[in-house]
Amino acid sequence: MNGDVSLPTGLRNDPPALRGRIEDFLYLEAELLDEWKIEEWFALFAEGATYEVPPTGTDETDPATSLFYIADDYVRLRERVVRLTKKEAHSEFPRSQQRHMISNVRVTGLGDGIAEVSCNFVTYRAKRGVVDTYYGKHLYRIDTTVDPFRILSKRSILGMDMLYPGKLTIII
Amino acid sequence: MDSILTNPQMVVEDRQRHLFRVSRRAFTDQSVLEAENRTIFDRCWLYLGHSSEIADNCDFITRNVGGRELIFNRDRAGAVHAFLNTCPHRGAMVVRERKGNALAFRCFYHGWAFNVNGRFASRFEEGNYGAEHYGGGCADLVQVPRLESHRDFWFVNFDRNAVSLSDYLAGAKDYIDIVADHAEAGMEIVGSGQQYIINANWKLLAENSIDAFHGFPVHSTYFDYLRTIGSLRMEAGAGAFSASGMHDLGNGHAVIEYASPWGRPVARWVPSWGEDKREVVAQLRAGLIRRFGEERGTRIAEFSRNMLIFPNLVINDIMAITIRTFMPSAPDKMTVSAWALGARDEDSELRKLRLFNFLEFLGPGGFATPDDQEALENCQRGYRNMREVGWNDISKGMPRNGPPMNDDEEQMRCFWRQWNERMGGIA
Repeated sequence: MNGDVSLPTGLRNDPPALRGRIEDFLYLEAELLDEWKIEEWFALFAEGATYEVPPTGTDETDPATSLFYIADDYVRLRERVVRLTKKEAHSEFPRSQQRHMISNVRVTGLGDGIAEVSCNFVTYRAKRGVVDTYYGKHLYRIDTTVDPFRILSKRSILGMDMLYPGKLTIII
Repeated sequence: MDSILTNPQMVVEDRQRHLFRVSRRAFTDQSVLEAENRTIFDRCWLYLGHSSEIADNCDFITRNVGGRELIFNRDRAGAVHAFLNTCPHRGAMVVRERKGNALAFRCFYHGWAFNVNGRFASRFEEGNYGAEHYGGGCADLVQVPRLESHRDFWFVNFDRNAVSLSDYLAGAKDYIDIVADHAEAGMEIVGSGQQYIINANWKLLAENSIDAFHGFPVHSTYFDYLRTIGSLRMEAGAGAFSASGMHDLGNGHAVIEYASPWGRPVARWVPSWGEDKREVVAQLRAGLIRRFGEERGTRIAEFSRNMLIFPNLVINDIMAITIRTFMPSAPDKMTVSAWALGARDEDSELRKLRLFNFLEFLGPGGFATPDDQEALENCQRGYRNMREVGWNDISKGMPRNGPPMNDDEEQMRCFWRQWNERMGGIA
């Protein structure tokens, strides 16, 4: 398989249309995060979905054997969201302001209606006069057979060689 | 003599009035940081790394320790070295990768090469360099003045005349031993560490890492989480060891030890791990009791310990084990390096639980550490009011009759007395 050069079979019919629908979906996700609609954001995830942020500056990909920043199964992700709604989540009280930018969206695979999607991201977080910048690549598996789409997994690979902002308290 | 006597006193202890105060200038002054670099970081034993990180001959890692750039490696014969990572020729860092395995190091600037035992290994045509370069050592990599270890924990000291590591660690050795004894097969660093920056003075993290007083106010959301998922088990383990409190380990080192409600992959099961893990954990616990007896075995299995080794090494053996060190780059900024330590032959499911326990509480993307960082950065910001409100209060527990409790502040007073002494202050 030529990977990047040849499109997956399922996309040959109308790849831009599918990518457009996926981009719309990702822009919706970004807006929900920008607006702190965190519970609505969680509703975009299918039951059993995962959300992960692997360590920076390494090629380690398995949270069972290496130390991730975030390795949420569906329960831990739900509890992350619950926590963020409390004012005792001190690092996000008062809440930071955020802006999520995504680009370079590509559908890299499609089978049984499950799209493999990659995109670049830059997320800005501002609090108390300090602006944190997170950047990297998101890898998604998205179920496109349901309306609205549902995220089956999201892995955010930071493009930074260390965690310069110090903490990762928001969804990037 | 670097002395804070030229400044107003920064640490004030009044035992009659049960008052212990630290000047907020200690957290904000550039001149204090410069004095700390000379009197503390240039003279104390500083943590370098764990044997498991350079397990094989010719393995190396590079690391910033005490403001220096170092190479921590094993040579072809297996001997461990710490070199200053700078070419003796013109200064470039010789090794630029984070880690690897190499038979030789070669500086990319002019090509000077070195054996992994540090010896100059280049051969130039006659007329380029004299004999001193080839046999006299003047072109060899320079070793860190002192390199010593205890139970696979390697430390460096930039003061050639420092006391031995063993004397320096004093009572802390016993608590390193407790961690090293978790597994008969030995312990290892799991995966890469985490590196992050906190915009606060480094001593705030030294205090915070052994501070039980802040646990419930700061981390209520973490305990809520444990309760929700069934990872909270309140009853202390029945057994021969039940002490809880704080121990002054000498030389500014201190530890708190306490019964804790969370699961410990070493040998403390909680319901969220499932019934199938219960038996595995029970066997680990039985193994500890077989090896060390009822008292020490129970203690290793059940109890949590937060230890600070002066000045900047934290070994917290709690719901996971973190080895954490931090170094200031400015009065209000530090770089933190943290690693997870686990049993070398750990059951794969328990290893996963260990990593999850770590990232949930100890990681900067978890449910607790970010709130510590928030607290530290808030303190640092609060010190802007220093001219009007100039002192921190570290007095909790001073009037107590009997031994200190783990949520007193005596462990921090141990740190500050040592800090004050090394900085040339009088108590």
